[in-house]
Amino acid sequence: MLVSVGFKPHDLSIVEKFRYLNWPLVALIMFIGGIGYAVLYSAGGGSTDPWAWRHLMRLGVGMVCMLALALIDVRFWYKQAYWIYLGALALLVAVELMGSLSKGAQRWINLGVIQLQPSELMKIALVLALARYFHSAYDDEIKRPTYLFVPLLLIVAPVILVLKQPDLGTAVTLLATGGVILFVSGVRLWKFLAAIAAAAAAAPIIWFQGMHAYQRQRVLTFLDPEADPLGAGYHIIQSKIALGSGGLWGKGFLQGTQAQLSFLPEKQTDFAFTMWAEETGFIGAILLLSLFFLVLAISLLVAYHAISHFARILAVGIAFNLFLYVMINVSMVIGLIPVVGVPLPLISYGGTAMLTVLAGFGLLLSVDIHRYTNIARFPVDL
Amino acid sequence: MHQESERSERFGRRLLFVGAAQAACFGLLGHRLYQLQLVQQDEYGLLAEDNRVNQRLLIPPRGRIFDRTGKPIAMNVPAYRLRIVRERAGDVKETLAKVSEWIELPAESIEEIAEKARVTRSFVPLLVRDDLTWDEVSKLAVRTHELGGLILDSTLLRHYPENQFLAHILGYVGPVNDKEQAADDSPLLRMPAFRIGKSGIEKNYEAQLRGKAGSIKIEVNSYGREIRELARDDGEPGDDLELSLDLELQRFCHERLADQPAASAVVMDVETGAVRALASVPSFDPGEFTNGLSHQLWRELRDNPHTPLINKCIRGQYPPGSTFKMVTALAALEAGVATPAYEAYCPGFMRLGRSRFHCWRKGGHGSVNLTEALAQSCDIYFYDVAARVGVDAIAEMANRLGLGSSLGIDLPGERPGNVPTRAWKLEKIGEKWQRGETLIVGIGQGYMLATPLQLAVMTARLCNGGRAVKPWFVKPKGTLIKPPPIGLHQPSVDAVLQGMFDVVNGRRGTARASKLTDEEIKMAGKTGTSQVRRITLAERASGIRKKDEIPWNERHHALFVCYAPYDQPRYAISVVVEHGHSGSKAAAPIARDIMAKTLEIDPAGSPISSLINSGRKV
Repeated sequence: MLVSVGFKPHDLSIVEKFRYLNWPLVALIMFIGGIGYAVLYSAGGGSTDPWAWRHLMRLGVGMVCMLALALIDVRFWYKQAYWIYLGALALLVAVELMGSLSKGAQRWINLGVIQLQPSELMKIALVLALARYFHSAYDDEIKRPTYLFVPLLLIVAPVILVLKQPDLGTAVTLLATGGVILFVSGVRLWKFLAAIAAAAAAAPIIWFQGMHAYQRQRVLTFLDPEADPLGAGYHIIQSKIALGSGGLWGKGFLQGTQAQLSFLPEKQTDFAFTMWAEETGFIGAILLLSLFFLVLAISLLVAYHAISHFARILAVGIAFNLFLYVMINVSMVIGLIPVVGVPLPLISYGGTAMLTVLAGFGLLLSVDIHRYTNIARFPVDL
Repeated sequence: MHQESERSERFGRRLLFVGAAQAACFGLLGHRLYQLQLVQQDEYGLLAEDNRVNQRLLIPPRGRIFDRTGKPIAMNVPAYRLRIVRERAGDVKETLAKVSEWIELPAESIEEIAEKARVTRSFVPLLVRDDLTWDEVSKLAVRTHELGGLILDSTLLRHYPENQFLAHILGYVGPVNDKEQAADDSPLLRMPAFRIGKSGIEKNYEAQLRGKAGSIKIEVNSYGREIRELARDDGEPGDDLELSLDLELQRFCHERLADQPAASAVVMDVETGAVRALASVPSFDPGEFTNGLSHQLWRELRDNPHTPLINKCIRGQYPPGSTFKMVTALAALEAGVATPAYEAYCPGFMRLGRSRFHCWRKGGHGSVNLTEALAQSCDIYFYDVAARVGVDAIAEMANRLGLGSSLGIDLPGERPGNVPTRAWKLEKIGEKWQRGETLIVGIGQGYMLATPLQLAVMTARLCNGGRAVKPWFVKPKGTLIKPPPIGLHQPSVDAVLQGMFDVVNGRRGTARASKLTDEEIKMAGKTGTSQVRRITLAERASGIRKKDEIPWNERHHALFVCYAPYDQPRYAISVVVEHGHSGSKAAAPIARDIMAKTLEIDPAGSPISSLINSGRKV
């Protein structure tokens, strides 16, 4: 991986790009995707139909897209960052308008072939925009509270739009990703503490004014799932039973009684991790988490090794996005947080999350390939 | 450049912090998984097993019932049934409409099943019919594959091969009701397919017949669909029962009673109390009850004036009439107010205060002693001795002979009859006893009521040497002990029995027309004709009306009790023909024929069989 240390020419040939490609990371992603295939094969009752083969196809297509994105010069992403952000924002507004027309929750734009979920696109677009903004920031500027007005606007605008959909999970993800980027960009710690204090003060207002009844119910159910064992609490209880009964080695592939006998709901999407952990036990669960952690560790190393600030922040943002996916999903199925409907990337059945994550990895790999590509603080000739 | 490296360093520090925070979060996840999957594994493992496994009870085969000769009278037969599963049938109505072209299936039941299918889970099989004939089964068997969702299989149904003769004895089984469920906490009772004994032997011996439930463990999914069988315990079938009843005799009784609108006959062994026949007509078909009865049929049965649902032998309470005269006589003899030689003069009536009490014979019987009075059923004689001995002594004798309280036969619903006393009248009616009422009781009328079973027991206790025999169908556990004596003096009893002998065999006996055709064996008995309503003075003045002029339900009851063989008593019989008009004409011939049949079959296998066999060429 770390082939040579030294100054690289600005433009890499296609062969060089392939040489600098982070193959271990690609292999890890493929491996995790393969586990996803196994889980969905089991979820289908020992059949590739209806989920496993589609998952595999999406994984293949996604990997190709990922590699294509990886080959694009990181400076291109720098240049297009704001445009991509504005495009994503426009799509979010469009979804909002369509939703108000059809009088219902609307998260997708139907492109015929695939259903595009702008909020997923926004996860990457926000990272790109913030990375570009802080790339040019001077230390003194960052100290100025007014300097933070633009990045806060960049974060808050999509968060509000996503909340209106309403999609609490994605809103929290965007907010947390933005926060982490502000953090690594050097925003002073006391400002975070102040923000947290403000959030704590605003919480009651959000609870009573800003949340839908079903969102409040989810939180309440999470706090006491047994209160409604056949209703909203059913998911969490059955998931915990499935996990707990899996034990150290699990019940065996295709042998998970909770999942195979349909006690476990949504085993192919949100609760795929539960199914894996029921059938392969604690060992399998820890293995999968370790793989994800390895991916994250490599991603953070990529961020550390990149020389341009834009690339670094981009890598951190993308890695953190994956971290949030894994964290929220797994915490949810093991009963640490409410059920918010976030899939487990590369494992859960569903196209959008996989494409977002693989596209993100495309950018991350691009950062890695072009880790020695410098971008001027204020480039003029891009 | 300095600033740039400072930015890099700070980025590095904060990146390290983010990485550490992420690692901590993963550690938290790992810890939580450790808690769930390793520490709490047993607890959650049990919950998962609970989810997965459904334990279901298996209904044990009910014990069979046989008559004394080992002929099956209640058994379990495989019934062929057709069921339908909605999810595989698609349109239930359409499928059933097609089925109705092949087998009988009324449009209403199609509607009913379709309605049930709508509210039942789609994979639960619903019963279409469970009484398919073999012909229908074969028709369906070749065609069910044309339509989806039809299941043709068999189940066990309770079957009574001789139900027309045995309904009142065996009773029937039916679905469990709330009251039965509350009284019995066996989980079997909560199963919809379980059938519980509702009456008769089926109810009385429910505990023995039921058996022990088996169980089956089935893996189910979250919708309750059965995936596979995990374990099976077949349980234990119920105990078989053998009744004292003789099926052939029972059938004979029913056939002999068949031309009566409502009648009953009891045949019992005077030594053991074994009931050999217990017939009550009209009867009903208990098979109709097993799967619920149509409302109309139920109403018909319930409102029938001939009370087909009631076992008259144990639930019919009749004034015993003249069949009670043995009791009055014995009470008087035992009290010493009369001797067998004592004579009373019968001018056809008797005065008591301002009232006249009539003998059934208008002209009177003249002077009669005990045996003559019994043989001719002279009412005046018994008025006379009843008045001397008093109602309480009569009641006491009646109780000793088995009247006035339930005899504890192993059938539910036995009635106690009624034996009035002075205290009884004061308590129940609130009036003082009238002397005239003693006279009426003395001839078995008035407040006196007895069931046919009690009359048979009374006869048995008279002829078996005065022992308190009790009736039963299922032999009590252990060897039969001789019933305790009821404390009668044999000379008194012999005088009464002589009277009963003369009833049948005497020149002027009221049942002299009902001798056994077999001259070798003598039968003794007593006729009885009991009033259903008081005969008015006007009616008496206009003379005895012809039977056909009186409405059926106002005619007298005809009774006859008897035993045989006279010198070696073994069987006692009581016959009651409701509104049969005359004991000697309606009841006695029936009793005679039943006795002849009883002696021919001779269920007790006593020495008399050799007597019969030597007398005839068999």
